[in-house]
Amino acid sequence: MSQRLQGPAGIDKRSSLDDAMASLRDGMTILVGGFGERGFPFRLVDAVAKSGIRDLTLIKSDANEDGIGVGHLIAGGRVKKMVASHIGLNRKLIELMQGGNIEVEICPQGILAERIRAGGAGLGGVLSDVGIETILADGKQRVVSQGREFLIEPAIRADLALIHAQRADHFGNLSYVHAARNFNPLMAMAADRVVAEADEIRATPGMAPDAVVTPGVFVDAIVSARLQ
Amino acid sequence: MTDAVSICIAERAAREIADGDVVNLGIGIPLLIPGFLPAGARCVIHQEAGYLGMGEPARPGEEDPTLTDAAGQPVTLLPGASCFDSSVSFCVVRGGRLDCAVLGALEVDKEGNLANWLVPGKWSPGVGGGMELAQKARRVIVATRHTGKDGAPKILERCRLPLTAPRCVDTIVTEYAVFRVRPDGLHMVDCYGGVTIEQVRAMTGAPFSLALEKAA
Repeated sequence: MSQRLQGPAGIDKRSSLDDAMASLRDGMTILVGGFGERGFPFRLVDAVAKSGIRDLTLIKSDANEDGIGVGHLIAGGRVKKMVASHIGLNRKLIELMQGGNIEVEICPQGILAERIRAGGAGLGGVLSDVGIETILADGKQRVVSQGREFLIEPAIRADLALIHAQRADHFGNLSYVHAARNFNPLMAMAADRVVAEADEIRATPGMAPDAVVTPGVFVDAIVSARLQ
Repeated sequence: MTDAVSICIAERAAREIADGDVVNLGIGIPLLIPGFLPAGARCVIHQEAGYLGMGEPARPGEEDPTLTDAAGQPVTLLPGASCFDSSVSFCVVRGGRLDCAVLGALEVDKEGNLANWLVPGKWSPGVGGGMELAQKARRVIVATRHTGKDGAPKILERCRLPLTAPRCVDTIVTEYAVFRVRPDGLHMVDCYGGVTIEQVRAMTGAPFSLALEKAA
């Protein structure tokens, strides 16, 4: 059979770190993958730190720890707002929050995942009863559906998503390993620009079609995860 | 360092896990429970970060940074384990497939209300997956010291701290007693650790009735 169509194998999204991160600007909203350090895009976040951009809104499962990952951006006063489920290992962030120097929005972890998934799915949000009888429901819009009361949890989309994958191919198909998957595949669908770093980059096809977790169409740029 | 009180609570809480349960274990005392499950126990341990089927701690030299328990300690996966993203992880919880969550407590009360995530103005680490675990697990076991560091009861008539979830706790396990939360209040079903029931009453901030269960 002739190979008239080249398809994904003809598209190469490998990029230098500088080119991949050229869209950085003050005030942007950034989704950051990882659960603590598992599946965290160290090299990409390091590039954000070096860029000097500020007034950022960061969305991550947690706030890393003091002096690690997004901890650098927070301690450097570069973050205006943090959206996370857990911030307990970042004492500096808690100190800034208690002093009124940073805005923190706490969201239950699975609901944070669904809000991001909704953003990627082109939806306006999700209906959830998680925390409906707690202080986390304060100020949230309520709606009755099928006889049950829910909170409206608005979708989350960002200007940029920073993702860590175990393997990428040149087209941007991604796969992950163990608990390093976490928020990465959800965030990869929920931003206008998606940059992925990968431990291993292979020529397309880098993996069997059924082993692809994030289809390359969601990914704009691929860089090596190796810190240079 | 694991202290004797934590070990006592974990050992007793382990007996509350049924064979075949899908279980989530919170940071601290609950994570000690696997060490006290009977050999061959078939329980499937769920971890929020994204897997089912947690096994033994990883041996030195074999640690995998992508595979840790809720407290960040390296672990292994058992045959039949699966890995997934954070959305799927909480589908397990909210979708009704989690049989049991074992959680810590700052306060728990006679109606089964649980507070374990916030002390306003003093301690505000965020809630992680705690609200979903407390609200949506089919059974919630609280594994906690009987009293706080200052000796004040943690088991109360009514929680004063902001709730994690209302009316969610089924069983409370401490270093002295096990209570079931029933519609008419707390029932003490086991008492141990060299204390009398009167001494337990003195350390407990809510009334309870006696309904001692036979040892399994």
